[in-house]
Amino acid sequence: MSATSSPPGRLLNPLRQLGRAGLFLLTAFSRMRLTRFQAAETLRQIYFSGVRSLVIIVTGGFFVGLVLTLQTYDTLSRFGAAEAVSTVLALSLFRELGPVLTTLLFAGRAGTSITAEIGLMRATEQLDALDLMAIDPMERIVQPRLLAGIVAVPALVLIFNVCAILGGVVFAVFMMGSDPITFWSNMQATVELWRDFGHGMLKAVAFGFLASWLAVYFGWTARPTSEGVALATTQTVIATAISVLILDFVLSAFML
Amino acid sequence: MKSSHQIELTAGIFLLLAIGALIFLAVQATDRGVVAGGGYQVTAYFSNIGGLKPKARVSMGGVSIGMVESISLDPDTLEARVVMRISDQYDDLPEDSSASIFTAGILGDQFIGLEPGGSPEPLRDGDRILLTNSALQLEQLITRYMFDSEGDD
Amino acid sequence: MSEILASSPSITLKNVSISLGGRMVLDDFSLEIPAGQVTAVLGPSGAGKTTVMRLITGQLKPDSGEVWIDSERVDQMSARQLNRLRRNLGVLLQNGALFTDLTCFDNVALPIREHTALPEPLIRRLVLLKLQTVGLRGAADLYPRELSGGMNRRIAMARAMALDPAIMFYDEPFAGLDPISLGVARRLIRDINQALRTTSVVITHDVGEVAHFADYCCIISDGRAVAEGTPDSLSDSSNELVRQFVNGLPDGPVAFHYPARELADELLEQDLSR
Repeated sequence: MSATSSPPGRLLNPLRQLGRAGLFLLTAFSRMRLTRFQAAETLRQIYFSGVRSLVIIVTGGFFVGLVLTLQTYDTLSRFGAAEAVSTVLALSLFRELGPVLTTLLFAGRAGTSITAEIGLMRATEQLDALDLMAIDPMERIVQPRLLAGIVAVPALVLIFNVCAILGGVVFAVFMMGSDPITFWSNMQATVELWRDFGHGMLKAVAFGFLASWLAVYFGWTARPTSEGVALATTQTVIATAISVLILDFVLSAFML
Repeated sequence: MKSSHQIELTAGIFLLLAIGALIFLAVQATDRGVVAGGGYQVTAYFSNIGGLKPKARVSMGGVSIGMVESISLDPDTLEARVVMRISDQYDDLPEDSSASIFTAGILGDQFIGLEPGGSPEPLRDGDRILLTNSALQLEQLITRYMFDSEGDD
Repeated sequence: MSEILASSPSITLKNVSISLGGRMVLDDFSLEIPAGQVTAVLGPSGAGKTTVMRLITGQLKPDSGEVWIDSERVDQMSARQLNRLRRNLGVLLQNGALFTDLTCFDNVALPIREHTALPEPLIRRLVLLKLQTVGLRGAADLYPRELSGGMNRRIAMARAMALDPAIMFYDEPFAGLDPISLGVARRLIRDINQALRTTSVVITHDVGEVAHFADYCCIISDGRAVAEGTPDSLSDSSNELVRQFVNGLPDGPVAFHYPARELADELLEQDLSR
C-alpha cells in the first residue's frame, strides 16, 4: 500500500485494528456451541445490558418524543399542516431516531460496563484462570454478551419507540388538544409496516450486533491496567457512536 | 445481588415487554385502522378521488367516524370504488347520506366527509352511498375561475 | 495422549528459549522438576519465573527447545490436547483470580460442573470437602469481595485442586500476606501435596519461606537456571548471585541501578545545554 503523506504505520493502524476486531468476531462465532448454560447465561446478560438500561431508554424515549412533537408541531402549524405531526414523529422514530439514539444510549450505559467488566477480568487474571481450567473464555464470557446485545438492543428500540410515541401523544393530544383519532389514523395512513417499521428493526438488530461486538472487543483487548481499562471504555463509546452513524447511513442508502 | 432466579425472571419480563411494544407498534402505529375488525362497511363511487389514499379519515360534521379501507377502479363504470369502514358506535347514519372528498387545509391530506340525509332508514353493512361529490381539484378550480371571470368581462 | 496424567508426574524443560515483546526472557533454559515433591522456583522479579509456568501449562510456546510432562510433549500439543492436559493441572494465580460474580461455593464448583457430569448433591459434597481442606467451609455462600486477600487465595486454592490435579502451580502464593495467612498458605501447600500426591511447583521470590516447605529449589536469573538443589545446599552455595539473592543484598550481580550512562556524563551534558 502506498502511503504518500503520513508514515504508513499511522494509516495502517486503524486497518489493522479492524482486522483484529474481525478475526476476534470470527473466533467468537466459530466456537459457538449452543448449550443450556449458554442460553441461561445469555438471558442473564440480557438482564444486565437490557433491563439495566430501561430507565435511561424510557425517560430518553419519552422526552425525545415530547420535544420532537413540540418542534414539528410548531413548524407544521405555520403551514396549517399540524395534523401531519404524528406522521413525522412516527417516521423519524421508526426509521432513524429510535435505532440510532437507543444504540448510542446503550453504548453509554451497557457497552461501557461490558468493556470495563471484561477489561477488569483480564486485569485480575480471571480470563487466564478460565483458560487454565480448560474453560473457553470466548464461550463463557464473550458469546453470551454478544448474543445478549443482539437481542437487547432491538428490544430497547421497541420500548424507546413506544415511549417516544407516548411522549408525542402527551404533547399533541393532551397539551395541544389534537384529535386522538386523527393522530393515530394519520400515522397509520403513512407508516408502512415493512418499509418503515421493519427496516428500522433490521437496523436495530445490526446496531445491537455492532455495539456489543465493539464493547466486548475493546474489553478483551484492554491493557490489564487501570489506564488500559479506562481507555478501552472510552474507545467503546467513541467507536460505537461513529460506526453506528456510518452504518446508519449505509443501511439507509441500501434500504431506500 | 439478586439471585440468578430473579435475574432470569426479570429478563423474561423485559423480553415480554419488548414483544408487547412490538405488537403495539405494529398494530397501533402502522397496519390496521382505528376500527380494526369492528365497524361496518359502506361503499361509494366517485368519478374522481383526487389524492385520496387508503386509511384516510372518514368524518361527519368534522368528527372522525371511520376510515377508507380500500380503493379500486370499477371495471364497468370506470369509476373509483371506495370502501369505507365506519365505527359501530355510529350505527344509525341516515341511508341517504352523501359523501364528498375534502382536503384538510390547502396542502393537507384528503379525507371523506359524510353529510347526513333525511331518511329514517340507517346505513347498514354493505350498503352503497349513492350521492357523491368528487374531489375538488385545485387545478380545475383555478382553470374554471379564470374562464368564468373572462366570460363575465 | 492419555486421558489422565499419572499422579505426580515429573516436568522437564530442555534448552528452552523464548522472547516476549522483543526481550529474551529465557535463554537456553533447562530445568528438571522432580515428581511428587514441592519444588520452589526462585528468582528476582522479572527473571522469567511466571514464563516458566506458562510454558508448562502450554499458554506460551517456546521459540526453541522442548517442554515435557512425563512422556507428553507440551509445546507441540494441539488446542484440544492442551485442554485435556489442563484438566489435570491446578493453578493458583497471583491474586487468586476468583470470579467476582460467583459465590465461593460456585467458584470451586465451576471446574467440577464444567468437566464432569456429576449430580448436584455429589458436587455439593465435593466442594464442601475442598472448602473444608482450606478451612473456609463456613464462607461457602459469601462472595469473594466479602473475604480478605488471604482467604481469597485459599478459596482459589480449593478451586485449583477441585478436580484433584496431578500438578499444582502456585504463582507467588505468599505475596502480600500477613504472617498468619502466610503460615496457613505454607501448611496448605504441603498438605495438598501429600493428600493429593501431586507434583507441586511454587513460584516465589520469598527466599526466607522456601526452607519451610520446599523439597527442591531452582533459582532463575537473567533467563537461566543459576542454581538447583535442596534449600540447605543453596544457603551454603558459593555462587555470588545465589548469595546475593539468599541474603537479600541490594547490590551485586543483580545491579541496584537500571543500566544507564555514567551519572557524571549525563549531568554535565544537561548543564551545557542550558
